[in-house]
Amino acid sequence: MLPFLIKRLISLTLSLLAASLVIFFVIEVVPGDPASFMLGLNASPDTVAALRESLGLNASVPLRYWQWITGLVQGEFGISYTYKVPVGELIADRFWVSMPLSIYALTLSTLIAFPVGVIAAARRNSPADVSIMGVTQLGIAVPNFWFAMLLVLFFAVSLRWFSAGGFPGWEAGFWAGMKALTLPAIALALPQASILARVMRSSLLDTLGEDFVRTARAKGLTHRQALWKHALRNALIPVLTIIGLQFSFLLAGAIIIENVFFLPGLGRLVFQGITQRDLIVVKSVIFLLVFAVILVTFLVDITYAVVDPRLRRRSA
Amino acid sequence: MSLLEVENLSLSIRDMPILHDVDLKIEAGEVLGVVGESGSGKSITALAVMQLLPVGSAWKGSIRLDGNALETYSEKQMCALRGNDIGMVFQEPMTALNPVQTIGDQVAETILVHSGSSRREARRIAREALNRVGLPPEQFPLDRYPHDLSGGQRQRVVIAMAIALRPKLLIADEPTTALDVTTQAQILKLLKSLVEEDDMGLILITHDLAVVADMADHIAIMKDGVIVEAGETVSLFRQMSHPYTRALFEASNHVPTRNPDHGADGSKPVIEIDSVVRDYALPRRSLFSAPDHFRAVDRVSLAIMHGENVGLVGESGCGKSTLTRAILALDAVQGGEIRLDGKLFSTTGEGPDRQMRRRVQVVFQDPYSSFNPRHRVDRLITEPFFLLEKQPDAEERDARIATALSNVGLQPSDAHKYIHEFSGGQRQRIAIARALIIEPSLIILDEAVSALDVSIRAQILDLLADLSDRLAVSYLFISHDLSVVRAITDRVLVMKAGKIVEEGRTEEVFRNPQHSYTRELLAATPILDEALRAREARATAE
Repeated sequence: MLPFLIKRLISLTLSLLAASLVIFFVIEVVPGDPASFMLGLNASPDTVAALRESLGLNASVPLRYWQWITGLVQGEFGISYTYKVPVGELIADRFWVSMPLSIYALTLSTLIAFPVGVIAAARRNSPADVSIMGVTQLGIAVPNFWFAMLLVLFFAVSLRWFSAGGFPGWEAGFWAGMKALTLPAIALALPQASILARVMRSSLLDTLGEDFVRTARAKGLTHRQALWKHALRNALIPVLTIIGLQFSFLLAGAIIIENVFFLPGLGRLVFQGITQRDLIVVKSVIFLLVFAVILVTFLVDITYAVVDPRLRRRSA
Repeated sequence: MSLLEVENLSLSIRDMPILHDVDLKIEAGEVLGVVGESGSGKSITALAVMQLLPVGSAWKGSIRLDGNALETYSEKQMCALRGNDIGMVFQEPMTALNPVQTIGDQVAETILVHSGSSRREARRIAREALNRVGLPPEQFPLDRYPHDLSGGQRQRVVIAMAIALRPKLLIADEPTTALDVTTQAQILKLLKSLVEEDDMGLILITHDLAVVADMADHIAIMKDGVIVEAGETVSLFRQMSHPYTRALFEASNHVPTRNPDHGADGSKPVIEIDSVVRDYALPRRSLFSAPDHFRAVDRVSLAIMHGENVGLVGESGCGKSTLTRAILALDAVQGGEIRLDGKLFSTTGEGPDRQMRRRVQVVFQDPYSSFNPRHRVDRLITEPFFLLEKQPDAEERDARIATALSNVGLQPSDAHKYIHEFSGGQRQRIAIARALIIEPSLIILDEAVSALDVSIRAQILDLLADLSDRLAVSYLFISHDLSVVRAITDRVLVMKAGKIVEEGRTEEVFRNPQHSYTRELLAATPILDEALRAREARATAE
């Protein structure tokens, strides 16, 4: 297991390095001058020159890359052009909204999808299975912002259990923060849970047809025991893949839901950064998201190896 | 009262009748062989005894184990019975074990499910069961995973799970079909000793008459869901009162009649293989070391004359298939040369041109997966035409399709059908037609009859013999089945660990093998007549 981990860690570092190069070159080097780009068409040459100076764009390309990377490692992302505050602070605030929201939504979707998928597979073609398939189809089809508005109407406007939007900050207390994130998390979790439940069901059905499940039945295990002890763990690999993809998506892809609930998340930050041409913010958030995706992939790889002993040896 | 009595068992799956009035009986300490071709209902009979039938099955009749009628048992009672009183071993050892659990846990599970014993006690019994099936603790600790084991070793683990609680009845469904002959011999010997030690009843399901003649005390022959003949082994084979039994017997001993020289021209080689080497790169041990190599084919040299039929035998992993791919120039060789009619065909780093490729064609083992299901037969069998410099016009194309199809015993009108409209045997004929249509000098038959039932196999062997006699085409006949190689080839090569260890006229090699490995292979191959004679001798001695 140790050589496997070391190998995975090396590949993680190399991916990060490659990603940082791509981001740096695409944003800083390729499309001409970032300073004039940020200031727009009508800027005077003097302002552009001043901005170039303050952005440090007059240094050589390798030096700028080096400064950016060493800055990142020390947590210094530079100063936002529009907000005039350190990008690090901006990101940190937003990150502590987006990250808990993603984990919350993913936990919900997994908690729903697992039992639902297992029940559907265990009782294939039963009324339970048919209705689960129908509901999940609906869950995939319904746009999550519309579902989010329904949630607001029902739970915030009618029942007044939750506030309709906004985030009080974690200073207001853990439960207050979690309460503010509950409706958005449900809205995000619904389509994810539907997809995950379907993957769980089909993967489990495949495994239930395997020879070793029949062997387990021949040993005297009941259908249910064979499912829990033999089929389930073997069915997990595709499910883990989907969970990994969904987490990466949730971290940055929650922008519409963030807008519906007025949440100060990473999605909104990057959206504002792009519209205001705040390239320093965009570059840093993108790098952070790439880092998160690579980290999640790394964790999923490790989980594969925990689940399936064959993968430990093959990759080591 | 017998150990197991099956009476008037009729079964249908989704209203499709599968079994008709099947009667079986087996005593403790006895081996019952159930023989039949694919689709005869032998596996379903076994699953009916286990009550592990596919969804949609309905059955009537009676199944009594030790006098208890299983039809009155609830699913819960059946769960208590399975693994405890009846054990079962399946055909495919590579997939029969859970890949993410250790072998110790899987064997111990049988014990844990049925007895109230502690985990520790269960592991102790599991260890004992693994020792009994010939997996000693030094090489096979309980914490090994199935992927560390070979097919034969995995089958031993499956057997250990089935016998851990010393059941009264063991059902083995084609337990050795997926294994090499020497492994098969070991597994059969193991099963036999377990029957004797535990006074257990064994139902051995197989398509191989020679295996049951050696193993079984009684035999039941099945065809289309009906037992056509049943009885004591020797008398059943001596009388063979049912025509299907006779047909099965003849098909499994079938030797095609040959034209003595069948157009063989012993002076001119079609293909010469000269010190061919095939290496595979192994995964790197560490990031900085050069990858190691595994030598799958080690300086193999052989020649096949015009019209000659040469056999290549060896067990799985010996390098037969790698050699085939090298001869077809599908893989580059790492040393040596392959010459076709004296001209260089393939050597290190160099493949052949198209013109030469058409001279060597191939027929693969599995007729179900070697065709594109969306193409019609005419398109499938004319695929090799792309190797021709000048494409035949429509008229010539049709003529050649018609000739190729009638050569393999099909109708020219079959050209417009899809492949799913044909049976396994017919598909293999189409595969042969595809190889023939381009008039090759050499056809490589890679386990080409191994997946077929014996009666179909006999027909395909006749067809191959006839084609070689008429068209003077050469064969390289690759197989793990020695009796088939003996039936069709002039000369035979025995391969082991990437090397040819013995070579000679087929009859001479079979009658008087020189190399110890060849002798081992021949000794492990079950032979019907010898098994019957041995059984009779034992009966008279008693």
